[in-house]
Order: sequence, then structure tokens, then C-alpha cells
Amino acid sequence: MTTVVPKDSVAIYDRVLPSRKPWAQVIKKGQTLRIVDLGGNQAVDFLVYNADDTSERYSAPDTIRAQGNIFITTGTKLYSNDGNVLMTVLSDTCGRHDTSGGACSCESNSVRFGLDKKWQHACVENFLYALKDYGMGKRDMTSNINFFMNVPVSQDGTLEIVDGISDPGSIVELRAEMNALVVISNCPQMNNPCNGYNPTPIQLIVYDA
Amino acid sequence: MSKAQAFIDPALITGDEVIPGGAYWSRVIKRGTTLRIIAPSGSRGVSMLCYNADNLIERYNAADTAKIQFNAFLKKGMLLYSDMGRVLFSITEDTCGLHDTLGGCSNLATNAKYGEGDYKNSRDNFMLALTKRNMGKKDIMPNLNLFTRIKVEPNGNLVWAEKIAKPGDYIDLRAEMNVLVVLSNCPHPLDSSLNYDPQPIQAIAWNSPLPTADDLCRTANPEALRGFENTDDFFKV
Repeated sequence: MTTVVPKDSVAIYDRVLPSRKPWAQVIKKGQTLRIVDLGGNQAVDFLVYNADDTSERYSAPDTIRAQGNIFITTGTKLYSNDGNVLMTVLSDTCGRHDTSGGACSCESNSVRFGLDKKWQHACVENFLYALKDYGMGKRDMTSNINFFMNVPVSQDGTLEIVDGISDPGSIVELRAEMNALVVISNCPQMNNPCNGYNPTPIQLIVYDA
Repeated sequence: MSKAQAFIDPALITGDEVIPGGAYWSRVIKRGTTLRIIAPSGSRGVSMLCYNADNLIERYNAADTAKIQFNAFLKKGMLLYSDMGRVLFSITEDTCGLHDTLGGCSNLATNAKYGEGDYKNSRDNFMLALTKRNMGKKDIMPNLNLFTRIKVEPNGNLVWAEKIAKPGDYIDLRAEMNVLVVLSNCPHPLDSSLNYDPQPIQAIAWNSPLPTADDLCRTANPEALRGFENTDDFFKV
């Protein structure tokens, strides 16, 4: 599997997002966002909205129903709550990504790992911090994608975040099919294997259409 | 299922309503009361949203509910978690064990399989129910589906499992907070049937007994103990 962005494409944005940090950016229709898992097995929590009307947003159930499969990979169309395609996954060198497990929060961490864990940093904190710059807030939260995170689901519904399958340098590329506000939390979770117990930086590159 | 468990003392009932096929319904179920949802003629799906009625920005979270309990399908003894680490509902009884947090709700597109006609869908039902409470599109979260079973194959394929509630199946949801519930009595979006024929369901609310020290739901696992610690704390202030 190779990436699809041509080698001579011009990156109009290229930066390393440090571990544990939030990020938000409008990816214009036709532009492509590349996410690089620099260190491997680093969960990248991801939400996307119609940048021109943010009440239209990513819908995990509509996305998995549309393709009849619970994993995000090459060819997956990210559907909105209004039934439109926000972005398309053009390439994926990891293999599959989760959209069942949601984001970690201080509050869910307190339930999952111990009441004292509510003081730890979490993805919902990052999402809310990033959304506020767009005049958005908790009402805008919904179930997200976790790129590079491995959550197998069994026939009986059993579901668990297990050791990752993303090698260092794994890439996903997403083309915006409308002007898309992308919000990312570089997951800070330390209590399960989603980041290999070692949150690491990721690289975010935007290519013009 | 035992007849004794099914019996509700009529003196304790605070609400009893039949919800026709295709209709929506919403109501606040107070902490300490239980909502029984019955499928007298069976069911091919009921979609459900819920919220902390005292703070509507706190919502049922499908992903947290699944990952905290390590299962995306719900049954007796399991809990419905909010996005604030608290318990909205305990499933204190359940005769079918067919409920999923993954499949989402029907909409105009999924109803296209029925052809021309006025076939109500859950997305529009949710919008109408919420708009009447000054809520709206942004408050529609991934929902819970009652009375139907989907399955996830080893490669991740999501398929309809052809298991549905039989006549008389029911689920008891004990409110652990004051919970705003919205129900949409429309078939599951993955329902294989091309015949749109949702059957009536019955919703009974009653003042149920206080949980005992060994309550199944409250003591199910360490996560439940912590979830209830968070929940009870909300009512201490």
C-alpha cells in the first residue's frame, strides 16, 4: 500500500503536533490531509464538521452502516449526520482504524481506571479546547474516529482497546469533499495500550487540490 | 422470565402509555423510578436517546457505554452511561438481550427501501421530539437500539442478525438520575424486512423498589461501583 498524494505535490501546511496536544484546521474542499503516526501506535482522536455549517458533523453510525463495516480504512467515506460525505480516506498504510471506542474523558477515565484518574489529561479536554476557537462547545461533541487505534469487536459485541497495529510512519490521507473543519486530539491516555503507554508526536500535512 | 418479576403493583405506576408504530415519545423518568418498555406484539426495533434531565448537555454516550463495559450489546445487569462518567439507567430486567449501541437510527435514506409512502423514521422523530423541548440537531447523539440484534463479523462487517423481540419481551430501565428519554418506535435501520410495519410498544413508569446492597447493576464490576459513586455524588450537593 502506497500513499496517493503525488511526490511533487506542494504541502501548504506541515507541522508536527506534539504528544497530548489539540489541533483544529479547516481543510478546504479538494485539499488532502495526511496524518503520520511518527512513533507508531499513537491514537489520533478525530472529529470533522461541515466548516460552513457546523451543525452538520461526522456520524459514526451513518459511516459504518454506509460501508457495512465498523472499521475505517482506504475507501471509507466519512458520512455526516445529514447523509453527506465530509471526507474520503484515500490511503491507509496501517490497515484499519476505530470509530466505536469514542474519546477518553476525565469523567470516563474515573469510571474505567479509578476515581483518582479524573485529574489526568484526556481527549475531550483537547476537543473542547480546540472547538472553543470556532465558537463551538460540548453540544458539538459526538462519537469520533480513533486513527491508529485497534478496537476489535467480536460477534457477541465484546469490544476492547488492545495493542496497536500501527508501525512507526503509518499514514492516512483524507480528501475533503466539502470545506471541512477537522479537530484532532493527540491522545494522552496512559491507562491502556492505545498509545503503547507512551504518547508520541504526530505529523499533519495539508496538500492543495 | 418469572411472572413475579413481571408484576408491577398498580398503585406504584406513575405513567402507562401505548406508543403506536412509527411514533415518538418523550418523558422525564425520575431517579428511583423504572421505565418498562414492552413489545406486546414483538418489535423490529425501537431507537432511544437519553439525557440528564437536570443538565441536558449531559447525554447518553454510546461509545463510553460500550467501552466501559467491554461490550457494544446491552443486556440485564448492564448500565447506560452518560458522557460525564455517570449512570443514566440500569438494565434491571431484560427478557430478550437484543440491544445495540452501534447501528444508529433510521432516516430518510435508510427508509428508501420501503418505496414511496409516509414511513416515519427515527432521525426525524428525534428532531421533532427534541425541538419541542428547545433542543435540536446538535443534541442527537449516536443512539441505543432496543429489541434487535446486529452482529459484527471477524472482518468488521456489520450485519443484521435476524434476531428480534418476541411478543411480550420487555426491558426495565431503572433511572439512576432524572432522565429525559426519547423513544422512536421505528424499525432498526439495518432491518432486512422491506415491509414497514412497526408494532405498538407500551411504556410503563413506576416507583420501583430501592436498590439493595447486593443490587446486580450497582455491583456488576469495579467500573459500575465507580460509576455509581460519581452518580450518587451528583445528588449530594
